[in-house]
Amino acid sequence: MDVILFLIFALIAVVCAINVVVQTHPISSAISLIGVMGSLAILYLLLGAEFIAAAQVIVYAGAIMVLFVFVIMLLNAGVEVKRGRSFMVQLLGVPLLIAFLGLVAWIVERLYPEGTTVHFGGFTGGSAQAIGRALFTTYLLPFEITSILVLIAILGAVVLGRKEMD
Amino acid sequence: MSLQSIDPFIWISLIKILVVFAVLMTTLAYLQWVERKVIAHIQVRPGPFYVGPHGLLQPLADVIKLITKEDLVPSYVNKPLYLGAPFLAITMALLSISVIPFGPTIQVGPYRTWMQLTDLNIGVLFVLAVSSMGVYGIAFAGWASNNKYSLLGGLRSSAQMISYELPMSIAIAAPLLISNTLSLRQLVETQVGGIWHWNLIHGGQVVSFIIFLIAAFAETNRVPFDLPEAENELVAGFHTEYSSMKFASFFMAEYANMITVSCMATLLFLGGWDAPWDAKYGSSLVPSIIFALAGVVAIFHGLNPARKRDRYTLPVFGVIFLVIAAVFQAPFVQSWLIPLFWFAAKTGAILFAFMWVRGTLPRFRYDQLMRFTWKFLFPVAMLNLLVTAAVVAWLS
Amino acid sequence: MSQVPISWFLTLSAVLFALGIAGFLFRRNVITVFMSIELMLNAVNLTFVTFSYKLQQVNGHLFTFFVMVVAAAEAAVGLAIILTVFKNRQTLNIDDLNSMKD
Repeated sequence: MDVILFLIFALIAVVCAINVVVQTHPISSAISLIGVMGSLAILYLLLGAEFIAAAQVIVYAGAIMVLFVFVIMLLNAGVEVKRGRSFMVQLLGVPLLIAFLGLVAWIVERLYPEGTTVHFGGFTGGSAQAIGRALFTTYLLPFEITSILVLIAILGAVVLGRKEMD
Repeated sequence: MSLQSIDPFIWISLIKILVVFAVLMTTLAYLQWVERKVIAHIQVRPGPFYVGPHGLLQPLADVIKLITKEDLVPSYVNKPLYLGAPFLAITMALLSISVIPFGPTIQVGPYRTWMQLTDLNIGVLFVLAVSSMGVYGIAFAGWASNNKYSLLGGLRSSAQMISYELPMSIAIAAPLLISNTLSLRQLVETQVGGIWHWNLIHGGQVVSFIIFLIAAFAETNRVPFDLPEAENELVAGFHTEYSSMKFASFFMAEYANMITVSCMATLLFLGGWDAPWDAKYGSSLVPSIIFALAGVVAIFHGLNPARKRDRYTLPVFGVIFLVIAAVFQAPFVQSWLIPLFWFAAKTGAILFAFMWVRGTLPRFRYDQLMRFTWKFLFPVAMLNLLVTAAVVAWLS
Repeated sequence: MSQVPISWFLTLSAVLFALGIAGFLFRRNVITVFMSIELMLNAVNLTFVTFSYKLQQVNGHLFTFFVMVVAAAEAAVGLAIILTVFKNRQTLNIDDLNSMKD
């Protein structure tokens, strides 16, 4: 049951990720990226990360991607024009990628051949309570610094998006 | 695999899904009837009156009209997005009902089950996540229609929805600090004990309640925040190019969102299915008294009818109400029917407030709306959260 | 078997990361390049959560949380920069954005 769930959503994630890279119109890439984030949220649930799964949907798929979709709709970005690429790049591009992936997969299989398997309920420490406790005790300094970082980002975005008042 | 070997959890869940879906669809249709009647009476006119007694078959007539209308797909639209947007909107709107608890446990024969489709540890976050995804239905509807009014309406509506998500989330965080849980069922269980234990009174969350309601009006695109879909502003906003069933999907999604936020307000602030005062002081008699009163009034008006056909229809309604009043007193249904009544009464009161505001207030201009959230509502919500956190920390 | 070996999660993360790199290097539209960066960040989040499961600790989730916050801040500022660049150059093709002069 868990294997079937993993395979279905991993397949959806990979197909949507390929779609992000391959599609010509940016809005189709954006929709595929929302699909990737949704299936990753389900995989987080399989790994017992319930708060992170909810945060993924609320923050990533529900706010950041809305921002992307807005910008694409506002700029009315059209279909991408294909420029000429050298023949060598076109020949070697995809096979090199597959070789790199094969190498990584082989290394990962060698390092973790046995042992830990993932199933629902295997990790119960991902609740909001556990994250809150760690966030406000061990990781308090990064928390405060990221708050200031977000404030700086808000200021930067407001200044950059302002109309010139000349 | 024989019938006995299937885990009862599976078929009990299927039955619950069917029941909740049927009740929800009927409620959506009749909510529209209630809204039209309420707004009509606020404007001193009768409202739907001809189709069935007092217009009660009007939703049925509307459904038949919407289904049999010509379902045209214009040639210039972006077809995958155009067809997918209403589907996305209604899916997300209906999905959030699946974690709302309608009452405590119900026991039928040997099977005992919660009156809720599923209870998640992160129930509140799930509802927030699903409502964040509902923004896409509107944004893609505006974009796919390939029409500048739709695009403007869609973008404005999406920007309004994500701007008001912030004060709503912060206003939700304040009662969560007091109840100390994200699960919707446990949220109600920390508030049992009568009106003095609800988060509104005992937790002092009046400001959060008001902020949540205002943000809920904006999230569901209701008056006074309904500029993106107003008929006299942007043609019809993001659903200009939609007809028949796809338009009905957006409509149903809006009402389903309204029901969801009303249920959330009830669960977070008004104690869910908890009776306002203890049952031993007679709060179990309240539903019976209300329905008996309604039945008596209906029978009285049936005997002195204003129109000839009321002589036959109103007494029937009167008898039905009296039967319901009697059912509320039967002991074997009291354990789950009375809490369900209180939940429905509180949610219905908030829905009535939605309709009341619609009949009363004018609508905001778009820049007034955005200024209101970023310069007033968001700081007030943050201040409220700060004060709540300080009080909770001081008292513990 | 009804349990998923942990190496499958790590392989999926590597696949998504490689696809993100491919999009980053080969696409011309600046918004698509930005979305490939977000894809890479998501792949890394999956790795963090996977190792958090393996070591049975919650610290991986905390790192994922911080990555999400930083990605949000970066997306906001980056898209504001893209809007400004588009206002001035009227193009979204990164091949044409190759000089500081107008």
